[in-house]
Amino acid sequence: MAAYRALLGAQARSQASYRASFVVDLVGNVGATVLDVVTVLVIFGVTRELGGFTFRETLVMVGLSACAFATADLLVGNIERLPRYVRTGLFDAVLVRPLGALPQLLLMDLPLRKVSRAIFGLAVLVVALGRAGIDWTPGRVALVILTPVAGVVFFGSIFVATATVSFYWTESGELANSVTYGGRDFTSYPVTVFDGWFRAVFAYGMGFSFVSYQPALALLGRADPLGLPAWAGWAAPAVALLAATLAATAWRVGVRHYRSTGS
Amino acid sequence: MSVIEVRNLRKEFTVRVKAGRLRRVRRTVAAVDGVDLRVERGEMLGYIGPNGAGKSTTLKMLTGVLAPTSGEVRVCGLRPVPERIRLALRLGVVFGQRSQLWWDLPLRDSFNLLRHVYRVPAAEHAARLRRCRDLLDLDGFLDTPVRQLSLGQRMRGELTAALLHGPEVLFLDEPTIGLDVVSKQAVRGFLGELGRAGDTTLVLTTHDLADIERLCRRLVVIDHGRVVHDGSIAALHDRYGSRRLVVADLDTALPEPPELPGAPLRRVEADGHRLVFALESAGVAEVVAALAALATLRDVSIVEPDIEEVVARLYAGKEGHPVNASGGAGAPS
Repeated sequence: MAAYRALLGAQARSQASYRASFVVDLVGNVGATVLDVVTVLVIFGVTRELGGFTFRETLVMVGLSACAFATADLLVGNIERLPRYVRTGLFDAVLVRPLGALPQLLLMDLPLRKVSRAIFGLAVLVVALGRAGIDWTPGRVALVILTPVAGVVFFGSIFVATATVSFYWTESGELANSVTYGGRDFTSYPVTVFDGWFRAVFAYGMGFSFVSYQPALALLGRADPLGLPAWAGWAAPAVALLAATLAATAWRVGVRHYRSTGS
Repeated sequence: MSVIEVRNLRKEFTVRVKAGRLRRVRRTVAAVDGVDLRVERGEMLGYIGPNGAGKSTTLKMLTGVLAPTSGEVRVCGLRPVPERIRLALRLGVVFGQRSQLWWDLPLRDSFNLLRHVYRVPAAEHAARLRRCRDLLDLDGFLDTPVRQLSLGQRMRGELTAALLHGPEVLFLDEPTIGLDVVSKQAVRGFLGELGRAGDTTLVLTTHDLADIERLCRRLVVIDHGRVVHDGSIAALHDRYGSRRLVVADLDTALPEPPELPGAPLRRVEADGHRLVFALESAGVAEVVAALAALATLRDVSIVEPDIEEVVARLYAGKEGHPVNASGGAGAPS
């Protein structure tokens, strides 16, 4: 543990050595999440309901999604630079050290400037929860804490799993982005606005509806118009755990493939 | 028990080759093709070969970065890939082109971080660092960020970084590539010192054969994934018939080339004013005496066999041809 803490400290000092650009990045990183909120505001400027949900209800989903995604992006997001790590030899350098390869890569390239975005995501969630008129029970308090944590694990798993594709196919970046950023956008809206096979795949096949939509229903005390039972709102931790298991397996298989082919 | 034991090691890569306009055919290429190697504790081994011969691939398999396609590998009694983390604690690795240092931090910080990464007791760490600071002359740039170091300074930093946990085996992949003469000498001197101390095993790949001549008693030459020579440098010269040369400058050219027993004439240069003999069974004194009896000698010099050329011929696969010491013959060795 001391070793990983030391790596984290080193990364913090490295980034602090570029002070001006660090500050610029801190500010710039809020921008993306602001845009997400603005998009929702614009939509509700032309319509009063979205997929059967009011602005205040939708904002809870936006908050859950933004908070989970921004935090996962901060902690795990840079693993999408795996092809670069392989090309520059960082991946080999990491393999000759007596620590796990994945935690080393994450800590050595932790983008601390994204911390502003994670904080902003949390702020959106807090504001949304305050304005949604939620009838707070102990269960809902527990749910509102569990859900973002599960969301971070879930998005983190998506980042890792999609990055492992580049062990086999170096130019897989666009495909990975379509799943991670596509998933983020998907979770910012009520699942009811989507349709057909697309909804089936993203919402249930890949599990994105459990990040924000189902928990938001449980918090707001609304039944699912699509017919899933109430406990689906509590399924996020289980879905996240499953995703993490699959991602860890994909990572291990990917590393084994790398070692058997080299590059 | 040997520190490194390799039996029938093979590594295959699959490459796609163009076959026609759109078709690609998968072909399997053996980068390492049945290598056997045994290295004892404290040995200094030079591992050389032309580009693409399989040097780095072998090193990657020994350090647990790549898994062998087949064959046995034991380093410090451990299997490198399945027991990577346990083995990493006992190895030092310097890959010339890939850094173990933190780019944006002062060199000192990298050393400190590695102490945590390798869980080295503070006192041990400090003692080793002090030694490296003295021998590699690090004090002038310990507080400089690594990104601002010259290549030579960085390489001295890399060497220190690889040794702070007291590894049993040190792997060096091209440690002197791109270095200036002074840095090269500093690195070689340091490695020589390390080798003489005797408890670190050293495996070195290089393009610069001077590294090998200065440091390694044993030389393993690999080509097309196979070991083509394993033995001393002297044995390599013997095998390829490279000899010391006697270069004699004469005042006046002889009417016909002289025949000296045990020292065949290799070349006649400068219109017969310079004769070059290879020393086979004859000694220097005999050759000089015989020549002095035939002509007036202006100058005589002895040229040591040139390893670059022997190795160049080895790569080309031309075994046992006479030495043609033209290019680098004058280089001191």
